[in-house]
Amino acid sequence: MAKHLSGRRPPRIGDAPKFRRALIGIVLFFVAVVVIAPLAVIASHAFSKGLPYFTAAIAEPDTRHAIMLTVLTALIAVPINTAFGIAAAWAITKHDFPGRRLLLIVIEIPFSISPIVAGVSYLFVYGLQGLFGPVLEAAELKIMFALPGIVLASMFVTAPFVARELIPLMQAQGRDLEEAATSLGASGWRTFFTVTLPNIKWALLYGVVLCNSRVMGEFGAVSVVSGNIRGQTNTLPLHIELLYHDYDAVGAFAAASILATLAVITLVVKVALERQGAGRRSRPASLAGNDSLSEVKP
Amino acid sequence: MKRRVLPGLPLSLGITLVYAAIIIVLPLIALVFKAASLGPADYWRIISSDRAVASYVVTISCAFVATLFNLVFGLALAWVLVRYRFPGRRIVDALVDLPFALPTAVAGISLTTLFAVNGWFGGPLSALGIKVAYTPLGIMIAMAFTSLPFVVRTVQPVLEELDPTLEEAAQTLGGSDLSIFARVVLPLLTPALLAGVSLSFARSLGEFGAIIFIAGNQPFETEITALLAFIRLEEYDYPASAAIASVMLIAAFVMLAVTNLLQARALRYTVRN
Repeated sequence: MAKHLSGRRPPRIGDAPKFRRALIGIVLFFVAVVVIAPLAVIASHAFSKGLPYFTAAIAEPDTRHAIMLTVLTALIAVPINTAFGIAAAWAITKHDFPGRRLLLIVIEIPFSISPIVAGVSYLFVYGLQGLFGPVLEAAELKIMFALPGIVLASMFVTAPFVARELIPLMQAQGRDLEEAATSLGASGWRTFFTVTLPNIKWALLYGVVLCNSRVMGEFGAVSVVSGNIRGQTNTLPLHIELLYHDYDAVGAFAAASILATLAVITLVVKVALERQGAGRRSRPASLAGNDSLSEVKP
Repeated sequence: MKRRVLPGLPLSLGITLVYAAIIIVLPLIALVFKAASLGPADYWRIISSDRAVASYVVTISCAFVATLFNLVFGLALAWVLVRYRFPGRRIVDALVDLPFALPTAVAGISLTTLFAVNGWFGGPLSALGIKVAYTPLGIMIAMAFTSLPFVVRTVQPVLEELDPTLEEAAQTLGGSDLSIFARVVLPLLTPALLAGVSLSFARSLGEFGAIIFIAGNQPFETEITALLAFIRLEEYDYPASAAIASVMLIAAFVMLAVTNLLQARALRYTVRN
């Protein structure tokens, strides 16, 4: 970038005060309409009948069950996806093997696929009409319309979340440090925990936080495989739909306010982690796109 | 010199391949298998039925308008965030990602409540004769919301790295702001804009949760393809659901190819500059 000898930045295009103010005004207006209003409407409806009514809505047994099921799903799906993301990043960035690019593309597939298509696909594997349907029925194993199906569908939609944060970073960091550690006699695990992990911890946490946010909020894929049984296989997003269609607006928005709070916390943590250098946005554009798992986070 | 081979390949690659095979590839193969079991005549009859075609038209046309809105608004938002300093800029920057963080069902009920005829925005709009909720306009708004961050986040880094000397050179040559923007800045942003637009469009084609609340879901009018696949499933018409889902899968792969191509081009452009 050129430095200006005068020290003062000359006006660039679009810097005319009138234009500047108008554009900021228009953009902020749309941000208020599109982004802030939905948050405000959730809060306003959740508390429209007062705090006691809100707490009663949250404490309602089916809502409590939905919260527990959502947390349980995340507790299973997020750690497994994290292990997968680390394994994939280690294999792809620290080694050479044929088919690496293909593997990258496969890992990225869930981002491009509609959650509904994901849910329908899982039904054709584990459902009664599916590939394993007859076998599972004979063994009396219930995967669809039960917790395993919900967890599997959640793992599909979030499979790339951790991997795509780690791969570009570990690619950029190279292999020198790990090679030095192993040449000094460190084992593979020791090399990973003492050399690699400290270098990727913020990016790892970043991926985990986004993965968790998506697992807890997933609607389309889970709605196909869960069967929507009230008090049994209803996750929080599905329960919101149910309450909403029951014309229980306060209940629906009270439940929604939990997920909206989670979303806001996720954004705050995300910004904090970006300050630590995590996330693609803290890398310059010219570095950001050095492989297919790059550019933006869908 | 022979490079030292790092340990852990069999374990890490093994985990990766098994997981990718079971979680990602197997279900998609099962879907293709199910759709293929229909036979060409039945398959074609289902995917070319009037109701299915109407759903493609609704989905694609709404996605197109939503993407167009995001192209303009996303560029303006990225420009404001990169070029101007104003109070609250960092908060706005963080809020841009809200549509990705907010669960789609939550977005769906809040947008519907906002734009229903008795809602904060729906009320004044219906006084003007504009109905949003339960019309294609509602679908467009839900799509625009859920895919808002794509264009902003692809354009933002390119805009940040734009060399100011290019604009200065154009200014010394006497160009007006508008012509410099159109002839110098915009061409440099085009690859990033296209990449963002294709991501945004692809996401809109597959979106479900946010849309079904606001759409009204009338067949032939406000029924998106994802919902039709879901409805066929609830009617226990599994082959029809598989066929329609397979059309969405093909569309997703086409968009994935287009996006990768555009991103590769955007990257070449960035590196060269």
